[in-house]
Amino acid sequence: MSDPLLIWSYLAQGPLVWLTATLVAYLIGDACFRAANRKSWANPVLVAVILLAVLLIGTGTDYATYFEGAQFVHFMLGPATVALGLPLYDNLPRVRKAALPMIAGLLAGSVTAIVSALLIARAFGITGSVLASLAPKSTTAPVAIGISERIGGQPTLTAALVLLTGIFGAIIVTPMLNAMRIRDWRARGFAIGVAAHGIGTARAFQINQTAGAFSGIGMGLNAVLTAIIAPIVLSLFG
Amino acid sequence: MSRAAALPLPGPVVGMLLLVATCITRPRLADRIRPTTSGLLSHLSLFFVPAGVGIIAHWQLLRSDGLGIAAAVMISTILAIAAGALAFTWVARMTGSEEPDALKDQGHE
Repeated sequence: MSDPLLIWSYLAQGPLVWLTATLVAYLIGDACFRAANRKSWANPVLVAVILLAVLLIGTGTDYATYFEGAQFVHFMLGPATVALGLPLYDNLPRVRKAALPMIAGLLAGSVTAIVSALLIARAFGITGSVLASLAPKSTTAPVAIGISERIGGQPTLTAALVLLTGIFGAIIVTPMLNAMRIRDWRARGFAIGVAAHGIGTARAFQINQTAGAFSGIGMGLNAVLTAIIAPIVLSLFG
Repeated sequence: MSRAAALPLPGPVVGMLLLVATCITRPRLADRIRPTTSGLLSHLSLFFVPAGVGIIAHWQLLRSDGLGIAAAVMISTILAIAAGALAFTWVARMTGSEEPDALKDQGHE
């Protein structure tokens, strides 16, 4: 058993190899992000997903096999979402003061995300379950999957679209809001949380604690609002 | 628990709100769990990786409808960020709830 190849073939049968691969891919992604001087285009999630996708296709492994190993990491999404409560608690006085701006930002961001996505997709001739899968794309993954199931979408497609939205939002947000001259950390964080859920929130925490806290709130509130309005908006497109 | 109460809220969001409520009633708890939560949050990105790899299961669809989907995702994300940030700052200005110490220094991140 001292032969490294034998050890590898043993490991490859167990779920641990994909858990390890996920962690290593993330470490590489994180290293790229640091090496690129924390520029937003070197998003660690994007780098890790590309590396793993290439690895899976290269080794002919299907997604179900991979997920069996990586589900331990996926499971941590829940506790991490709960942990967002602490920065929210730390910023509570600020949150109370900003209640009205937050309601305005939430309504504007959430409705814009759903309606514009459906309008554009329909203009490209996309209909049916793909359209339904697209509607909750700005909400955090576990919630979006639930909404998608309820309105006739494909849950796994929704998960992928949620990720694309998050990564794109995290990449675009800093240059975009700088160009718009939005300097309020609360507005910057809140907007990215509403539009690009947890990945946007992760990005916000990399830059500023206040932005991160408001982003977490935006994400939480949008999860609730989208659950209510996505079925209504979709029925208008039906 | 969220399922039992038939709430429209997902479980993790309920958990987040419960954590805030608990910290308000027991402020000392917040300091005790802070090392754990900041550790979790500093690697928040990592937990999205497995779901992200799921994109390979939809390769066919992305090849046929990829352009429309990409346009919908990108443009609507840009519009949503802009709408959210503008609405927030406008209302903050109107209601006088701006905070000078929450402003970003222009020029560096």
